[in-house]
Amino acid sequence: MEKFTTLQSKAIPLAIENIDTDQIIPARFLKATDRNGFGDNVFRDWRFNEDNSKNEDFTLNNPKYSGSILVAGDNFGCGSSREHAAWALSDYGFKVIVSSFFADIFKGNALNNGLLPVQVSPEFLKVLLAEITEKPEIKLEVNLEHQTISVVDTSFKDAFEIDPYKKTCLINGYDDIDYLLSKKTEIEAFEAKNLTK
Amino acid sequence: MKKTLFDKVWDAHVVDSIENGPQVLYIDKHLIHEVTSPQAFNELEKRRIPIFRPNQIVATADHNTPTENQHLPIKDENSRKQLEQLSNNCKKNNITLYELGHEYNGIVHVMAPELGITQPGMTIVCGDSHTSTHGAFGTIAFGIGTSQVAQVFASQCLLLKKPKSLRVSVNGKLKKGVLPKDVILYIIAKLGTNAGTGYFCEYAGDVFENMSMEGRMTVCNMSIEMGARGGMIAPDQTTFDYVKGKTFAPIGNDFDKKVNYWKTLPTDQGATFDKEYFFDAEDIEPMVTYGTNPGMGIKVSENIPELNDASFEKSLEYMDFKKGESLVNKPINFVFIGSCTNSRIEDFRVAANYIKGKQKADNVTAWLVPGSKQVEAQIIKEGLKTIFDAAGFKLRQPGCSACLAMNDDKIPQGEYCVSTSNRNFEGRQGQGARTILASPLVAAATAVEGKIIDITKQLN
Ligand code: SF4
Repeated sequence: MEKFTTLQSKAIPLAIENIDTDQIIPARFLKATDRNGFGDNVFRDWRFNEDNSKNEDFTLNNPKYSGSILVAGDNFGCGSSREHAAWALSDYGFKVIVSSFFADIFKGNALNNGLLPVQVSPEFLKVLLAEITEKPEIKLEVNLEHQTISVVDTSFKDAFEIDPYKKTCLINGYDDIDYLLSKKTEIEAFEAKNLTK
Repeated sequence: MKKTLFDKVWDAHVVDSIENGPQVLYIDKHLIHEVTSPQAFNELEKRRIPIFRPNQIVATADHNTPTENQHLPIKDENSRKQLEQLSNNCKKNNITLYELGHEYNGIVHVMAPELGITQPGMTIVCGDSHTSTHGAFGTIAFGIGTSQVAQVFASQCLLLKKPKSLRVSVNGKLKKGVLPKDVILYIIAKLGTNAGTGYFCEYAGDVFENMSMEGRMTVCNMSIEMGARGGMIAPDQTTFDYVKGKTFAPIGNDFDKKVNYWKTLPTDQGATFDKEYFFDAEDIEPMVTYGTNPGMGIKVSENIPELNDASFEKSLEYMDFKKGESLVNKPINFVFIGSCTNSRIEDFRVAANYIKGKQKADNVTAWLVPGSKQVEAQIIKEGLKTIFDAAGFKLRQPGCSACLAMNDDKIPQGEYCVSTSNRNFEGRQGQGARTILASPLVAAATAVEGKIIDITKQLN
């Protein structure tokens, strides 16, 4: 997994609430057996019209906006547990998703793939969305070490929470498998004690 | 200390704890299917890590399978490849697979309980959010992402923070025509789609105590739709009777010993929950959803609420409904009875009981998709298929089907579908499809009438 410390980038606003994983990556694209290429179909049915032409009204197609931070409405990532949603967002180039609330499984999936979910207060989210919609050229800074997100060159700043264990994993670029494998002895002892009962 | 059902099962599976961090939780059973497992197998292969406990894994093919002509080679190349890869991965790693056509094949959350793989007091995971279904047995069961599938492959464990506890109690007597599906749609409509986030939910009260195992599974299945990681119902005599005699259930002395343990699992009197909700059974009526998340539900007899909220309005626009409108008499051209929420034998009995002696409306395309080969066989054995045939319905072969429309079972653009599945998200049942979630009874009535009716009026 790639290491994550700080990121400065422009951001893309997506002021829609309850964005579910079916919207992020529709089921018909889940037939692949590897992790790559899902970015082409992220938000597929919002990005493209029925005839496969680009939907110019959709924020990702708006040349005004760019960057590796997506700022989305409340309750992001609800619905299916498909990790393809996190892969698709990463593969498209996002490194951070900002929202005022994340669904459980999505949050875990994102963290397991080095995609940082930054949960801010509803008030701060409103400010952020307004700022980046009006001034697409402004940059945001996400500092994982200090757990802060700010609008560069302004006083807008908010703190975010992250599980300390997950924070260490992201900063060092290692994952849960490494940790679990180091616990083999304990796991086998647990099995010996409990499974034979 | 007084413990909840969830505490008891969780605590019995903790291998180790990281200070201020997650715990290492042991997983008893790992269920896998074709869509969320290939990348996990690849990951392990790449890192040269062997599968730690292949005999605690059971695989099925369900999400991506056709529901017609299952004996023929699969036409769609990508689907075929995905299924082939599952077979290869299972063979290579000595994992039991109930592939397409096998007598035990079916939707993962239908086949595991009916085979007795699911038992009280276990921890069960699967790369599928509706794994919460298995909680009906007093099991900690929840959906995981593919990275976690790889973790369980590697270590039979997961790193997790213990969720908070929530209890939803429903007491009283359910009205005629109110099914378990209505109970859970009602709860979600009342609590919203993220009331349960960060929580594991226990369902308590006499409504659940009096419910069949099939009904309890329908309820626990949709826990995820209110944001909860999982739902649980205390194991009782109904549970023990259901498990007894199932293919992989313990037998004889072993079974009795297990039952003695299972009897210790229910929540202790006086144990506290982080959050509690109470509802009266008498307030619940047959439900339908009108929007694009499962929390947007109303009683069939009610009108769509009138809210001024951008997300709400966007949702109604997608559904082509108006504020304050009633859904009764809306013409409906598609009906789907299936999915891991409502594709068990009891659901088809309800449908057949209503349909018997009636005819499917001409405008309606109805898909009846059993949850497993065993359910399919039972439908035929009980003569339900004859009823469906006579009424102009066609029984298809098992699989997830139009629940997520990964195969050919897609609802066309702009069409409404009254569906017994669990998600009414935009495009869930096909691009531009409009889903109305309901019970198998409401779905069957819609198929016969060709429109939504107020079923309560007909029943009384
Ligand atoms: S029936 Fe639907 S919800 Fe259930 S496992 Fe299949 S796709 Fe998921």
